Amino acid sequence: MSAGASRIEHVLSERPARAVLEQLPGELVESAGALLAAGYRLALVAAHDGGGPLRVVYLFADGPPDQRVELHVQIQRNQPQVPSLTHLSFPAGRFEREMRDLFGIEPVGHPRPRGLVLHQHWPSGWHPMRADAGPRPAMVDDAEPYPFVDVEGPGVYEIPVGPVHAGLIEPGHFRFWVVGETIVKMKARLWFVHKGIEQLFEGRDLQSALPLAERISGDSAVGHSLAFCLAVEEACAMEVPTRANELRAVLVELERLYNHVADVGAMCNDVGFGLANAHALTLRERLLRLNAEVTGHRLLRGGIVPGGALLRSLPRPDDLQEIGARFQEIIDLARSNSIVMDRFTGTAVLSATQAREIGVLGVVARASGLSHDARLSHPFIDPPTDFHPARHDAGDVLARFLVRCAEVEASLALLTDYVTRDGPLSAFGPKPSVKGKGHGSGMVEGWRGTVVHRIEVDPDGKLQRVKVVDPSFMNWPALPEALANTIVPDFPLANKSFNLSYAGNDL
Amino acid sequence: MNGIGGVIAAVLVAGAQIAAVAVGGPLLVGVMRKVRCHIEGRVGPPIHQPLRDLRKLFSKQRMRPDQASWVFGVGPVVLVATAVLIAAISPLATTRPPLGQTADFFAIVFVLLLGSVALALAALDTGTPFGGMGSSRAMTIGALAEPALLVAILAMSIPAHTSNLPALVRIGLAHPQLIASPERFLALGSFLVVILAESGRLPVDNPSTHLELTMIHEAMVLEYAGPDLGLVILGESMRLALLLGLLVNLLIPWGIADRPGAAALVIGLGALVGKVVVAGIAIATFEVFTAKLRLFRLPELLAGAFVLAVVGAFTALVIR
Repeated sequence: MSAGASRIEHVLSERPARAVLEQLPGELVESAGALLAAGYRLALVAAHDGGGPLRVVYLFADGPPDQRVELHVQIQRNQPQVPSLTHLSFPAGRFEREMRDLFGIEPVGHPRPRGLVLHQHWPSGWHPMRADAGPRPAMVDDAEPYPFVDVEGPGVYEIPVGPVHAGLIEPGHFRFWVVGETIVKMKARLWFVHKGIEQLFEGRDLQSALPLAERISGDSAVGHSLAFCLAVEEACAMEVPTRANELRAVLVELERLYNHVADVGAMCNDVGFGLANAHALTLRERLLRLNAEVTGHRLLRGGIVPGGALLRSLPRPDDLQEIGARFQEIIDLARSNSIVMDRFTGTAVLSATQAREIGVLGVVARASGLSHDARLSHPFIDPPTDFHPARHDAGDVLARFLVRCAEVEASLALLTDYVTRDGPLSAFGPKPSVKGKGHGSGMVEGWRGTVVHRIEVDPDGKLQRVKVVDPSFMNWPALPEALANTIVPDFPLANKSFNLSYAGNDL
Repeated sequence: MNGIGGVIAAVLVAGAQIAAVAVGGPLLVGVMRKVRCHIEGRVGPPIHQPLRDLRKLFSKQRMRPDQASWVFGVGPVVLVATAVLIAAISPLATTRPPLGQTADFFAIVFVLLLGSVALALAALDTGTPFGGMGSSRAMTIGALAEPALLVAILAMSIPAHTSNLPALVRIGLAHPQLIASPERFLALGSFLVVILAESGRLPVDNPSTHLELTMIHEAMVLEYAGPDLGLVILGESMRLALLLGLLVNLLIPWGIADRPGAAALVIGLGALVGKVVVAGIAIATFEVFTAKLRLFRLPELLAGAFVLAVVGAFTALVIR
């Protein structure tokens, strides 16, 4: 038995809250396999290049209680290879393709090691995240075309859509192969908005990095800034007072609230039921104004800082109750419309098996019968004992609609609990003292799903590496799976029921 | 009425009807949007906004895809031309449209269909996937809606012994019991569903969607811009006004001019506008509380319309 394997045995029997295991490349597959078999999920894979040997960090997580195991692999600069984990975990394969594009680390044994993040016209062999990457060479004009899989057969018709769409949405190219109106296959080609955010973090101090974290995905300002702060606090061993965590929980739920309300309305709008959308938008505007009162920003920026939280006011419980009543009216309106329910029911089904294998998170996972919720498995504040994440088993659009409805209700209950606790509007821990090199991870159940950040800071308090995983990164591959045998006109509805971020996916 | 005076009178009456439909169509769309916004608690654009949009579109530069052939340009023209023709010969403001003595209801349906087919062909012309998708869907719906409409006309024609449209309206005016008959109601119910389908209203098509993949009518016209798009929008709103005008005059003909003269014509126009606006408000209100049917459920809806029409036709035969 190798040293790595014995330490894995130890982790699996003790189940510590945090564990870091140095691994030789040869031990990786066995260790990862053992962790996955023991119920851990692969939450994040981050490559590092500090100029010396390359490092790859695999973060596995399980809970409750919160358990995180990191496997660290050091690899030679002149032979940048890691054994692929694709055959063990589907998300691993995507992380490896990302790593291959950005760091040039080759996943050995990957069944389809194609580019993921960088489009074909990027200069090949140039890896932007490498410390020695240098300035970017010119883009290639006549690059090889995107390798779409050819779908052939009698009556197969190809529909390319996007990346520029008729509405104001983010860019994504969708290619459908259909017979009549039935979708045989759909390929989503994303990654049109690569901004190099992870590199922008490098070298920043904690204060100037926070606004960047808030802007990773505009509608998830709280999810990302909180995950970032949790990671920072773990890396710098900061104490966070309970009151600050209560205030943070208020923001997390407010963010869930305004996004879910908008989604519920938008799903109704996509089946032509504009009435519910009009009311949902009115309610969303009310929530945005509430957000502005609470944090000074309609999208809840500025409320969370490393080590604490500062708010301007708290929502009043009777306000929350009224918002709940208004939302209930909208749901009743939608649920009493038989055409809306007919359109939702049985559309774009994602089975529990598919959801588990793809590793989906958040609303989509809970609508397919999985019960993962970071509020329970990786809590920064203990939720009330009567809190249970909403769950439905059908996996169709209706299930995703109902999960959102139930989550709004649950969020209002949580908010009412938190805002009625006594305490000041701001709370900060003692000033941190960054000593020595630190690393930490933060996991937050944002409104889309679990947001994961992992950071490394140097002794001066400068960020060396920030790796961000938005739940959209994990969930995008599920959309084409759910679309099999769905009809083309139902695609916008199915897409809306997932409502994944392009910006959070493509950092 | 013979000679030059007769011709002038005929042109004036036809011109009045065409003008009413050409200006009234976009305004009707504006009213329907306003009603929808009002019920949803929004302010909404002013009622004459569609006319402003048309002015804007017609003042723009003409832009056509490189791949487009002459069919692309002809489609919108045929659409508007057929609507103008029907507006000239139909009993809208008067039961005796001077140019419409041979305005057979069946013929009018086929003229309308000519406009639809021209637009569908134009949508196919550029070879973009959305045009093809929209045409395919529109023709599928058309193929299901037209039979229902034809049988509905048959049901109305049997008791009246004619399918001449002005005559149908005149007979309704003279013998109200024919309107109150079950076959007329069944036929008009079927006609109403066909109107919703043909003019791309909910629950068949969502006229306000921006989602390319769910579109039916909008997908067909996605490649149009500027004056061409203006013609398409004008043609579509004229068709909606025409179809509703025919529906209300077959259901409630009263107010329509039944004798020559300017005064009667003005009253007829006013009555037409009033009735069509009420019908438009009713449809817009219905649209607010309904949603778009799943594409594969549309055959059920249109089959329902067909069954209504068939029952109407049989009732007409049996009662006779």
